[in-house]
Amino acid sequence: MTLHLSIMLWLPLAFGILGLLAPPKLAGRLALVGTLLVLAYAITYLVDFDSSMAGLQHVTDETWIGELGISYKLGVDGLNLFLVLLTALLWFSCTLWANFNDWEKPRLFYFHLALAQTSVLGALLAQDLALFVVFFDLMLVPFFFLTGIWGGAGRVQATMKLVIYTLVGSLLMLTAAIATGVLAAQGHGSLSFAFSDLAQRTLGESSQQWIFLFFAAAFLVKMPAFPLHGWMPDGYRAMPLPVLAVFSGVLSKVAAYGFLRVCLPLFPDAVAQYQPLLLLIALASILYGSAMAFTTTETRLILGYSSVAQLGFITLGIFALNAQGAQGAILQAFNHGLVVAPAFFIVALLAARSGGSEDIRDMGGLAMRAPALAALFLVVTFATLAMPGSSNFVGEFYILLGVFQEQTVIAIVASAGVVLAAFYALRLYITTMHNRTGPGVESREMELRDGLVLVPLVLAILAIALYPQFALKRSEPTVTSIVPVAHGVASGWTVYGPGSAEHGP
Amino acid sequence: MIVAAAKVAGPAIDWAGASPLVAVFGGALVVLLLGLAPSRALREKVVPALSILTLVLAIVFSVWQWGEREDLIAGALRLDELTLILTIIFSVAGIAAVLLSWRHVAPREAAHGEYHALLLTSIAGMIVLVAAQNLVSVFLGLELLSIPLYVLCATEMRRASSLESGLKYLVVGSVGSATLLYGLAFLYGATGSTDFGTIAAALTGSGDLVSDPLLLTGIALTIVGLSFKASVAPFHQWTPDVYEGAPTPVTAFMAVATKAAAFGVMLRLFDIALIDASVDWAPPLAILAAITIVVGNVGALGQSSLKRLLAYSSVAQAGYMLAGVVVASRLGLQATIFYIAVYLVMNLAAFAVIVARERETPWGDDIASLNGIGSTRPLLAWPMTIAMLALAGFPATAGFIGKFYLIDAAVAGDYAWLAVFIVVGSMISLAYYLKVIAAIWMTPTMDAAFPGPAIGGGEQPLLAGGSDEATGLRAQGEVVAVAVVFGALTLVLGVIPTPLFDVVRDAGAALGLF
Repeated sequence: MTLHLSIMLWLPLAFGILGLLAPPKLAGRLALVGTLLVLAYAITYLVDFDSSMAGLQHVTDETWIGELGISYKLGVDGLNLFLVLLTALLWFSCTLWANFNDWEKPRLFYFHLALAQTSVLGALLAQDLALFVVFFDLMLVPFFFLTGIWGGAGRVQATMKLVIYTLVGSLLMLTAAIATGVLAAQGHGSLSFAFSDLAQRTLGESSQQWIFLFFAAAFLVKMPAFPLHGWMPDGYRAMPLPVLAVFSGVLSKVAAYGFLRVCLPLFPDAVAQYQPLLLLIALASILYGSAMAFTTTETRLILGYSSVAQLGFITLGIFALNAQGAQGAILQAFNHGLVVAPAFFIVALLAARSGGSEDIRDMGGLAMRAPALAALFLVVTFATLAMPGSSNFVGEFYILLGVFQEQTVIAIVASAGVVLAAFYALRLYITTMHNRTGPGVESREMELRDGLVLVPLVLAILAIALYPQFALKRSEPTVTSIVPVAHGVASGWTVYGPGSAEHGP
Repeated sequence: MIVAAAKVAGPAIDWAGASPLVAVFGGALVVLLLGLAPSRALREKVVPALSILTLVLAIVFSVWQWGEREDLIAGALRLDELTLILTIIFSVAGIAAVLLSWRHVAPREAAHGEYHALLLTSIAGMIVLVAAQNLVSVFLGLELLSIPLYVLCATEMRRASSLESGLKYLVVGSVGSATLLYGLAFLYGATGSTDFGTIAAALTGSGDLVSDPLLLTGIALTIVGLSFKASVAPFHQWTPDVYEGAPTPVTAFMAVATKAAAFGVMLRLFDIALIDASVDWAPPLAILAAITIVVGNVGALGQSSLKRLLAYSSVAQAGYMLAGVVVASRLGLQATIFYIAVYLVMNLAAFAVIVARERETPWGDDIASLNGIGSTRPLLAWPMTIAMLALAGFPATAGFIGKFYLIDAAVAGDYAWLAVFIVVGSMISLAYYLKVIAAIWMTPTMDAAFPGPAIGGGEQPLLAGGSDEATGLRAQGEVVAVAVVFGALTLVLGVIPTPLFDVVRDAGAALGLF
């Protein structure tokens, strides 16, 4: 059975364009159909996935711009399979959610939402460095419009800040990507940006260093990680909630994924050299994000800062540079997306019951009249704080296990992050659901249609909690083939990566 | 050649090879004479139509001659793919300029025949300039292109700023031309020839010549002279004032065509004739490129006039293109030509929107004239948005591919630091390009705030003749069409750039660089 990835990639955009031409009322429905089809496709890939294979599956490889050595190469493997699934699932839920609201200029809104999905899927599926950069930068355009046109107070400033901040990183990455291709081609003939070709052509150590730093800047801004998170509070405040849910749930993961896909295999020397720096940044993100999430009173920012902390964990796992860490990072990326999107949806429901305020000081006592909502929120909260039994626990456990083998001290400090997560997650839950009833609060049970959005996501959380091996098993072969390249350099072992495969046993 | 020398009467001219140039010159004459006709309909409709026909003919001839490589007129001009692709670019810019000025004030005030004849003569000058294979033809082409433009800038005779623009351009342009002429004289003095081929051979033959003060002075003065034309900082100061004051269709034409011509001659002069002296000119040009990128982008930041903003943006873009000249490789040459083509497409879309809004609103070219057109005028909003995203270098637009190619060339030519400058410039540029997009989509419209017949609410007939005395003219179909066509092209070339790459590769091959 051939399953063309291109179809899944361009489906959302096709439906978005259809929506532009359709009557405004239909635009939302059309977009929903598009996301549903993508979800169906993503599930098919999951079922069809051969978990014993380390390499790419369902590869599409065409020349796009021969002159520049850019190919249109797509593929699925253990690194991106679950992120693609996450993207499909979250976009479906959030498009459904968006359909509950009336948007000004609905056709344009759903077009941008659809363009965003296509570009995120493109960044995840791309197996060519230049194509990856194209989609990675393209992601910004729809979010620039979504925030700037449909956002809340201060939306224009916020969206400018968001785009300029992240594009500064992305443009540096563009230079770095081109340099990678050009320098790698020297002495190897034709220019090529395909990951498979670049992995064979290792760069010199000094060029690896600046190139890696440029890439790291792009990814760390996008996440965001601690010192580079300046755009996050404004951006999170201004973004419309359904958009924020996918933004927070998926886009940050694309950045983490970038480290795994680009940096580890292509710049092993630089990765090994900067491992301590990245571990420290990750650690700082965990501590800073947790502390801020615990002190701020805006629900959006609580989730925003908790994302900073969670992304810190994911980065930590990646730069443990061993299989456990990377496995945990992939699992945790999936988990966090699954957790944060319903959390934003719940925030919207809470705000609707507290006179429109999204501040936790105006909330409280909501659980009494909304037990089902409270129950679902509790599941999400437990997953966020990585309760033993949840998949997040497994993910964080793997990450910490990986880091313990590398840097014991960092692992010990990072463990505090797990405890801090319990603080901020429970604080959010208790102050909104229990405590004294807020002044403007008028609680009511969630409606059936809210359940349509929330229940599938919570079920997904429960499913992955019951059987996390499902994800781990599928990512393992790819991870074990990618991580050792960097790790071998880091610990001075014999490298048995693609670069010197012929010397291996 | 022996046969040609035997007929002492004059140089043999391959008329087929010179056909694009001949067509443009002929068209200019016909248009000028027709402009004297007493019939108003003839002057207002037939003259522009004939100008367009002339330029279409030039494009057809260029396509017909594609693949021919020969010297024309005893080696004064060179027919090759570089000449032809640039001829096509000038002609496209010319067609767009004619369409944008179809019902504009400028041609009416300057008499239609003269306006269009000047435009065509300027294009002929550009063709001569980029085909020039001889220092004399370089100067001839440059003056032929510049003098009509000085006049064109001042064609809105009842507007002081238009006259100021023309005068300023004349003064500054003359200084530039004089400097260039002085430089060319030194080059001749150092190498003993005005022919590009002989100059290149002289440089290859004698190693000492590279450090000859005569040659160094010549190169320096030539760089300065051409920098004036290409608005390379610090010789760019005239650009914002002239762009702002000139009639907008003329500004659009100057922005894309003059720049293309200036870079065309730079490619031929530096990358062919003076290639062996690249140690002399490459480092200063690289520094100029870096300065230009920074000055242009920083200068654009505070502008509220769209024409000034695009003027500074054109300075910045000149810096990017200069990077392609600096690397002195075939890759750099192709990247520069590619970017020239892309730059044409992006800018024409943007200028068409400015022309349309100048006629629809009382705000002229102020950025406020774009407020809220995302809801009211989608056919103008989308091209402008795409043009701004492309100029900023977002993917899926032609601007991204163009920048990618330039950075590729810079890195491959060991100018990675210049590539970083391009990228840093792009970062700064985001602030002002995004400001324009924010005005289009994220600011409430003000069209309802002023009375008058010229509100472009979309529901009003765009092609209505109406009285155009009150607030100027309405946006007409052809202006919107220019915006839409070039906006769409920007997207198409961003997704399917391969045809343009093929054309550019031919041009690169014609020059035999490596």
